Amino acid sequence: MKLFKIRGGVHPEGRKELAAKQSIETPPLPHLLHIPLQQHIGATASPAVRRGQRVAKGDLLAAGQGTISAPVHAPTSGRIMGVGSYPAHHASGLSVPTITLQPDGEDRWSDRIQGVEDPFSLDAEAIAARVDAAGIVGLGGATFPSAVKLNLRRKFRLQTLVINGSECEPYLTCDDRLMCEQPDAILDGVRIMAHALGVTQLIVGIEDNKPEAIAAMTVAAAGSDPAIRIAPLPSRYPMGSEKHLVQTLTGRETPARGLTADIGIVVHNPATAFAVHQALRYGYPLVSRVVTVSGGAIARPGNLRVLLGTRVQDLLDHCGGLTEEPVRLISGGPMMGQPLPSTRVPMVKGSNGLLALSASETRRRAPMPCIRCASCVQACPCGLVPLEMAAQIRVGNLETAVGLGLMDCIGCGSCAYVCPGHIPLVQFFNYAKGEMATRGRAKQKQTETKRLAEQRTARLEALKRAKREAMARRKREAAAKQKAEAAALAAKPAREAEQTLTET
Amino acid sequence: MRIESPAAQAGPFAHQPVSIPRTMGLVMLALLPATLFGLWQFGWPAVYLFLVTVTAALLAEALCLRIAGKPVRPFLMDGSALLTGWLLALTLPPWAPWWIGLVGSLIAIVIAKQVFGGIGQNLFNPAMVARVALLIAFPLEMTSFVTPAPLFAGHAPDPLEALAITFGGQGIDAFSGATLLGQVRTELGQGHDLTAILPGLFAPLSGALGTVTGSLGETSALLILLGGLFLLAKRVITWQVPVAMLGTIALLAAGMHLYDPAAYAGPIYHLVSGATLLGAFFIATDLVTSPVSARGRLIFGAGCGLLVYVIRTWTAYPEGVAFAVLLMNASTPLIDHYVKPRIYGRDRKGRPIESGDDAQVRP
Repeated sequence: MKLFKIRGGVHPEGRKELAAKQSIETPPLPHLLHIPLQQHIGATASPAVRRGQRVAKGDLLAAGQGTISAPVHAPTSGRIMGVGSYPAHHASGLSVPTITLQPDGEDRWSDRIQGVEDPFSLDAEAIAARVDAAGIVGLGGATFPSAVKLNLRRKFRLQTLVINGSECEPYLTCDDRLMCEQPDAILDGVRIMAHALGVTQLIVGIEDNKPEAIAAMTVAAAGSDPAIRIAPLPSRYPMGSEKHLVQTLTGRETPARGLTADIGIVVHNPATAFAVHQALRYGYPLVSRVVTVSGGAIARPGNLRVLLGTRVQDLLDHCGGLTEEPVRLISGGPMMGQPLPSTRVPMVKGSNGLLALSASETRRRAPMPCIRCASCVQACPCGLVPLEMAAQIRVGNLETAVGLGLMDCIGCGSCAYVCPGHIPLVQFFNYAKGEMATRGRAKQKQTETKRLAEQRTARLEALKRAKREAMARRKREAAAKQKAEAAALAAKPAREAEQTLTET
Repeated sequence: MRIESPAAQAGPFAHQPVSIPRTMGLVMLALLPATLFGLWQFGWPAVYLFLVTVTAALLAEALCLRIAGKPVRPFLMDGSALLTGWLLALTLPPWAPWWIGLVGSLIAIVIAKQVFGGIGQNLFNPAMVARVALLIAFPLEMTSFVTPAPLFAGHAPDPLEALAITFGGQGIDAFSGATLLGQVRTELGQGHDLTAILPGLFAPLSGALGTVTGSLGETSALLILLGGLFLLAKRVITWQVPVAMLGTIALLAAGMHLYDPAAYAGPIYHLVSGATLLGAFFIATDLVTSPVSARGRLIFGAGCGLLVYVIRTWTAYPEGVAFAVLLMNASTPLIDHYVKPRIYGRDRKGRPIESGDDAQVRP
């Protein structure tokens, strides 16, 4: 298949060999599960269970709220220990609404779980509804509710479904293993999604550092649907960036600030396709995901099918613990993942990796001044000038940085990866993006306040005017009355005088 | 288990094995063959001058860092001051007195670099600022060249005699020679025909090897080219500046040579003589003072080439690399402002691209 060139990118050390040969294993049931109510982009789900309630595996724990949201289900059977808050799977370590479930060890599915005999007989709405009800979100890490993406056909004219099996982050092998072990299930999910989207072109892009997955998927594709094309991609970070992947495969560029749907293409992750297959064929909601546990400080790296809500510590224990104290504990890949505050936090729908990195792997150095070497300019897949943006942000010129394209930055970290000065460029950009968002909110609040204040003044003015008018009217009426009375009074003596005059 | 404050930093949590000292080190490694050749061929006075220049650069850097209250060790160890002194030494007449190296290094480090704010902040290439300042202030010392007198050769000065030359102000008339560019300029000034005189002055082979009169480290075109190719292979520099600069010089020289061979020398002459190659691979490519975009670098390189040719051909100076690079350094901010890469999903003017007609938004 003909591929197209994209600009920039880097070749980070893959380190995938640590876990690439490890089959997906299922760790024993943990003692407690902490299931956050927000494991997706959008509104937090609302709890549907009480403390002390018994639930079966797959029962609804919290229902989605509004158009962009996702429900959360019980990962195993057990008893609800509490509906409260617990440290989030997030760098901040702040507590978020979480349901705590004590497994009963039976791992018994709910009786209500029921699959569909032939998903292809369902219409698009019904498929999307089932995907929504199963709580499926983008499992590549973005965690955008998948049903919303399946409904894009309402707004856009779509022709292609791309499956993003590039897995370009170093260390991560969870999609690789899933494609090796479950190619038929994934492709079934892909075909169901394509049916829902109403598209005819199906492309699965896989980086060529995963030959086993490419082979397995190619065989499976030949057996299921010849329309599915398996495209080996050059291994280059950030190949998994949706817009760059689409351009590599189709040669078409997504307009800035737009969606790939603008050019008729929807992108999903293979793990999401697998989840769709499970939800449609068997009725299973999303209660587990494959996670790569790896890094130089992990005794036994591997790929685990993890129940959502399992604590990080349980995964580390299952993988033989730590061989040394890691300098970084990361959720996701080393390029775009985020540091975790402690090993207490639970795994969530979006966590595709758990990395414990040693000092030799992170290669941290103290930042030096920029020498304008422009390595970052060459590495940027978005055509930005990171050194210039960082320099502007450093002196507080955030607006200038926005003018230089800050909002077109995808935060892939290619620039910081190659910087010889070890300048934390992504940190600068994240700070500026956050600050701009805060300013935007403040500005919105200000205009809203101003609008309300103006409305209030207008209202008060109107009230005052009405009062004044009423007063004036009353005054006029009173004056008129007085005048009439005075006239009457004046008329009386005159009449009397007249009378006197005639009498005399 | 203790984990570092997680709020400390955003990713990436992996890094390419690169650093500023490594970058500077690679450049010095690339300079090494041409430098060793120059030191060998010009003997002990060149060795002394080289040592004085780089030592002065390091001392000046340390002093400035101390005055500025910056940490001395990490900045001194980044290799940038050493490289500046090194580059400056390579462009000096090999038997120049010690104070030329000292004053040059002070100008380069104090005035051209630290006053601007230190590493990464300077607008102009420090070594070239120093060279031009020296040339204007001390024209005699800066144009007194010698014919090669290799180390251990019979007629070459021994270490003690060399001390007298570098530090004692002893005359070097016995060895004095003129550079090819200077000689040709003089002869042309006297109205001679280039086609007649050039064969006697210029042998392309010795010019390429470097066994000719010239600045300390500029003579060997081949060794400098080797170093430049090494830097390209190591991705320390990109191809745009050297190719554009050398290409422009070659094109202009070829064109003018065809127009009038009696007054204008051909491209080979311009490419292998003077500081052309050193300039194209090591000086114009200076990361700090050249543009950051690929197209910007092409413009920058072409500008350098054009200016080198113009200065050499039509001005009072026989050599123009330093002037050309400084003039183009001054235009770097302008080039960077106007010439930027195209942002993904936008056209050159920054507007979002059209999404095409086969996939419009449904009404």
